[in-house]
Amino acid sequence: MIVGAAARMSGFTAHLRRHGFTVGPAETKLVLSVLAAEEFPDVATVRLGLKTLLSGNRDQWAHFDDLFDAFWFGRGLRAVTPAQAEAGVRNRNPQPEIWDKVLPREETGSAMGRAEHSQGNGVGPNARGTGRLIASRNDALSRTDLRTLTTPEEAVEAERIAERLARAIRYRLSRRRTPARRGETIDIRRTIRRNLSRGGEPIELRRKHRPERPVKLVMLLDASGSMEVYSRYFISFVRGLIGRWLHADAFLFHTRLVHIADALRERHPGVAMARLSLMADGFGGGTRIATALKTFNDRYAKETLDQRTVVIVMSDGYDTDSPEALAVELRRLKRRAHRLVWLNPLLGWKNYEPVARAMSVALDYVDYFAPAHSLASLAALEGELARL
Amino acid sequence: MTLDYAPLQRDLADVGYIADEALAMALCLMIGLGRPLLVEGEAGVGKTEIGKALAQVLGTRLIRLQCYEGLDANATIYEWNYQRQLLAIRAHERDAMPSDAIERHIFSEEYLLRRPLLEAILQPTSPVLLIDEIDRADEEFEAFLLEILSDFQITVPELGTIAACSIPHVVLTSNGTRALSDALRRRCLYSYLDFPEEAKELVIVRARLPGIDQRLAEQVVRFVQLLRREDLEKTPGIAETLDWARALIGLDIASIDKDPGAVQASLICLLKTEADLKRVPREVAARLIGNVA
Repeated sequence: MIVGAAARMSGFTAHLRRHGFTVGPAETKLVLSVLAAEEFPDVATVRLGLKTLLSGNRDQWAHFDDLFDAFWFGRGLRAVTPAQAEAGVRNRNPQPEIWDKVLPREETGSAMGRAEHSQGNGVGPNARGTGRLIASRNDALSRTDLRTLTTPEEAVEAERIAERLARAIRYRLSRRRTPARRGETIDIRRTIRRNLSRGGEPIELRRKHRPERPVKLVMLLDASGSMEVYSRYFISFVRGLIGRWLHADAFLFHTRLVHIADALRERHPGVAMARLSLMADGFGGGTRIATALKTFNDRYAKETLDQRTVVIVMSDGYDTDSPEALAVELRRLKRRAHRLVWLNPLLGWKNYEPVARAMSVALDYVDYFAPAHSLASLAALEGELARL
Repeated sequence: MTLDYAPLQRDLADVGYIADEALAMALCLMIGLGRPLLVEGEAGVGKTEIGKALAQVLGTRLIRLQCYEGLDANATIYEWNYQRQLLAIRAHERDAMPSDAIERHIFSEEYLLRRPLLEAILQPTSPVLLIDEIDRADEEFEAFLLEILSDFQITVPELGTIAACSIPHVVLTSNGTRALSDALRRRCLYSYLDFPEEAKELVIVRARLPGIDQRLAEQVVRFVQLLRREDLEKTPGIAETLDWARALIGLDIASIDKDPGAVQASLICLLKTEADLKRVPREVAARLIGNVA
């Protein structure tokens, strides 16, 4: 392979890198060695070969042909400017979430990184120049009151972070067998090791067990007008928590209650949101928390709640039903569930006292009452969820 | 090393697997470079079949590791045969063998149970190692898989490091239910497998069901292609198409517009959830059949 071709090819990998691909000198070398063996490769073959060698996920796979044509034939996509490109390659997340020790910070960073990749890929009008600004503010974003986010970019970022945060929480709860004093099966590996000093006579038995799914979650989400600024982030958060690894269920309430877990399981976020807004349509005004809880207790509680379930209510407590009715329903709910967590975004406000009458009644039944006005406060939930 | 994937594509077709250019290229590079291949795609597009077909083409063993939640090293790499070890300890005690000799003996390869990953690197000729649904396994598993995929060697504390006799052809599949780490993606070649185009699916149906009537095959494929555009929970894959075609042959239906009742009943081969069955009632099915016939 001639030197000029090598330079061109590293130019191409740099071009891909600017568009969020994880490729470096090692890949350039690999590509060159593959191409060197070819005498007269045709363009379609080379494009397909490079696509397989260089793309790493579905988005990249889908974009590759355009990027290839843009670089080698100068058509289609515009090249990104260097400033944007720099923002695009920073903050990549090379590790699975499980290795991130400092959860909120890392999460924020990686979510930022991804967001910028997609901006770089899209080269839309709003992708211009904002990358650096957002990146430098990502720390601040996790502590900002969500209600003060005004630009669409910030809102989209926050949604993404909320979802990834929830996923990270979910992954902590793995089910690999672990040693346990009173486990149900004998851990022969450890038993033998332990008893080697006694000539292998298994005197002292070691046991192991498969951890139970630590918690089941049921989330009841207030979607009334007063909660509107927060609910979109809560929905992203709930969406991240729901998945096949954790028993989780979710309901949305306003004047009545709807089951939304299936809609949230939709893999494509856009489709999920569209289905959700269809379901939430046609609700009247006012929030009837007690009525919604009654529906839940009558219809769903039996199948969804048990003594391993944590119920999370996300609401500001402004209720048009009577506080007495709410007390009755909360008592019923509490009897079936293990813990009741109430997240109230207003609690994050300065000088807030739970004066809404419903809220002061609810406090008698709630095990954990927490603010949920910022992403950091959502991250703080992890400990509460893991505890039984 | 060559980019000429056509011979491999033909070989795969000979064993009944119809691969498009992208997949044939990916497999060709995988074999040429000795790198693992990560195939993503919806359920039912034929990801698992790749491993089987490839093993047949290459004439080697297929070693399959089905991933699941909670999968750990004992189930994937190796395990000691404890029962035999215990018996051996007892037997040798009677021979008055010193205990360190017993220890050396019971931690020899004789007592090692090989699980798929160890089995794969100990084959004399390169086998096909199919790691199915990697997205179902935990992230911890991903981490030690990475180690094996980069070095092709496994360390057993009691025995030392076991290096690969031959580098297996590794195919990983994922349904994309969770994000895999960038580290794993970088080790692998990547290919995305979509639902097949109409022409390709027809070739697949004809290859798998040689006895099928040409007209029925066309109708079946056309119908499934249209059905995939409907808003379904579980989009039918190639396996479902084949099942349905078999069912129609079994029901002795020569053309799907002839017997709407039987066709409607046989839709259970394609629609696998209650909600989906409700979403395709008689009228919708009739409309689709109308478009097909």
